[in-house]
Amino acid sequence: MTALSIVNLAYRWPRQQTVCLDIPRFDIAAGERVFLHGPSGGGKSTLLGLLGGVAVPEKGAIELLGQNITALSGHSRDRFRADHIGFIFQQFNLLPWLSAIDNVLLPCTFSARRKQRAGNPRDEAARLLTHLDLAPDLWHKPAGELSVGQQQRVAAARALIGRPEILIADEPTSALDAPRQQIFIDLLLAEAKADGAALLFVSHDERLAAHFDRKVALAEINRVAVSKPAPAS
Amino acid sequence: MKAVLILAVKSAWARRLTLGITLVAIALASALLFAVERVRHDARQSFTQAVSGVDLVVGARSGSVQLMLYAVFRAGSATHNIRWESFEAIATHPAVDWAVPLVLGDSHRGFAVLGTTPDYFRHFRYSDQRALGFAAGHSFADVFETVLGSAVAAELRLRVGDRITLSHGMAETGPGHDDKPFTVVGVLAPTGTPVDRSVHVNLESISAIHLDWVGGAPLPGLAIPAEFVKKFDLQPKEITAFLVGLKNRADVFRLQRHINGYRGEPLMAVMPGVALDELWQTLGMIERTLLAMSALVVVIGLAGLLATMLASLNERRRELAILRALGASPRELFLLLTAEGLLVTTLGVALGLGLLAVGTFFFAPLLQAHFGIILQWRLLAPNEWLLLAAILATGLIASLIPGWRAWRMSLADGLTPRN
Repeated sequence: MTALSIVNLAYRWPRQQTVCLDIPRFDIAAGERVFLHGPSGGGKSTLLGLLGGVAVPEKGAIELLGQNITALSGHSRDRFRADHIGFIFQQFNLLPWLSAIDNVLLPCTFSARRKQRAGNPRDEAARLLTHLDLAPDLWHKPAGELSVGQQQRVAAARALIGRPEILIADEPTSALDAPRQQIFIDLLLAEAKADGAALLFVSHDERLAAHFDRKVALAEINRVAVSKPAPAS
Repeated sequence: MKAVLILAVKSAWARRLTLGITLVAIALASALLFAVERVRHDARQSFTQAVSGVDLVVGARSGSVQLMLYAVFRAGSATHNIRWESFEAIATHPAVDWAVPLVLGDSHRGFAVLGTTPDYFRHFRYSDQRALGFAAGHSFADVFETVLGSAVAAELRLRVGDRITLSHGMAETGPGHDDKPFTVVGVLAPTGTPVDRSVHVNLESISAIHLDWVGGAPLPGLAIPAEFVKKFDLQPKEITAFLVGLKNRADVFRLQRHINGYRGEPLMAVMPGVALDELWQTLGMIERTLLAMSALVVVIGLAGLLATMLASLNERRRELAILRALGASPRELFLLLTAEGLLVTTLGVALGLGLLAVGTFFFAPLLQAHFGIILQWRLLAPNEWLLLAAILATGLIASLIPGWRAWRMSLADGLTPRN
């Protein structure tokens, strides 16, 4: 089974003449860990928005876990995202006024499926935070008081809780210093492997690609020339 | 849905300082609005319940409102007295069932003294045709006996058997009638009308304390001791006003015309109900203006809420994108913001009602003492429920705007906020 399958996708920004994404075919197998790289402004974030179901392509299909999400209603896409996808962003992933552990638990409040798969959500959150090497005395601190590196690990725990089948990480290490970048990536890869989750890791920095199953350049799958950049994202 | 509401509360708590200030503003504004409405309602209640069962109030010719104010509400004073002969002439008119004379002008520690006859207690009615009742003692029979209204007795801690002295005029100082003390022989049951704040004495007592007075001041060198006053004719020559009850209410217009055209001196008869309506029309404008102004204050308070929330929305743009990535729909983000606004409004109004309760507790005695308005301690009256609903509805409308902005923002931003 494929975790992700894109067929003949075309997307145009609202009120724009030119198409910014035109992807004939792109697949990720279940449990596969893929590194997608491309320059800033190359349409990466737009692609993630489409995969997350917050934007709809002009044409084509996006199949996630065998479900064509472009055929779903907006509300169903939101539910699908909550149930099956864990996101990690560049930085400011957390609600600063919630404690670290409550941030990790957030997906369980939006998705009954992930809550159920987490077993006892609090224990699971504690397990993930321990795995990701966050000291227990930080768990109940407001997320806003943690360092950027700590915040990214909390964000990873949040993406992993309830074992979603797909993990999407958008430049999650760009706010970290070089030694910590590889440590974070290795943690993420290990957790994805343990959960059997497919991982789509997006970055402009090719040096980070070393430990992934596959490395793909956006230019390889997207037929739109990068020389005509889409609006900054 | 429930998760979103819990998040709304937690998020609001994180911004408790700014939202708290907004909340207090809404609380003060709604307390003001409720207070104005309550005073307005209770003032009307107090006024309309002050007198009933009296067909005509008669006094010297002036304004009907003025006549009502001094004759019934003990506020202001008469420009002119009327002659005893005029009273007798009208009291003996065939259409008249009863007539009770009233003499005003003296006071006891700020409470008006009403000179009248024991008939007053028999005929006067208030509220819904309710007669006066005695909480203790009985009506006065002799000179230098007095019956106190319930508020007078309560506030001055007077009981049957106590002795009081009267002052001339409404001032608490100045020449007095200390030489002729009165004995309390009765205390009336509470009525919630100006009767509670009156000191009632016999007509003859008023004449007696003024025997050695001329032109509003004691005659130098002349002092008539209390025990000798009965040797004098205590029949008053002038009274301030009188109340009239008719045998047949259908005669009221005929008698009113008769009194208004009385040849002996210029008199005026007013129907209490009509005069109160007139008084109310005069006050109605002020009342509506006050209500409109306090409603405006509430709107300003809610506009403050709207401004605070819209200002915070830009800072929260990333927060909304995070929630969106976690699976929140635009609809849930709309709910998140709207719930926050409604929460602050609801808590604000609740705090406002609390302030109102505390304020009522402290200011009700003052209002009663100075304006004769009896403020009721009660839960919300039907019109106040309407007011409450109106504030909440306005708060909801104000909250829909940031909710709608959040909706639009989340659709435009997707997972990556642009800021």
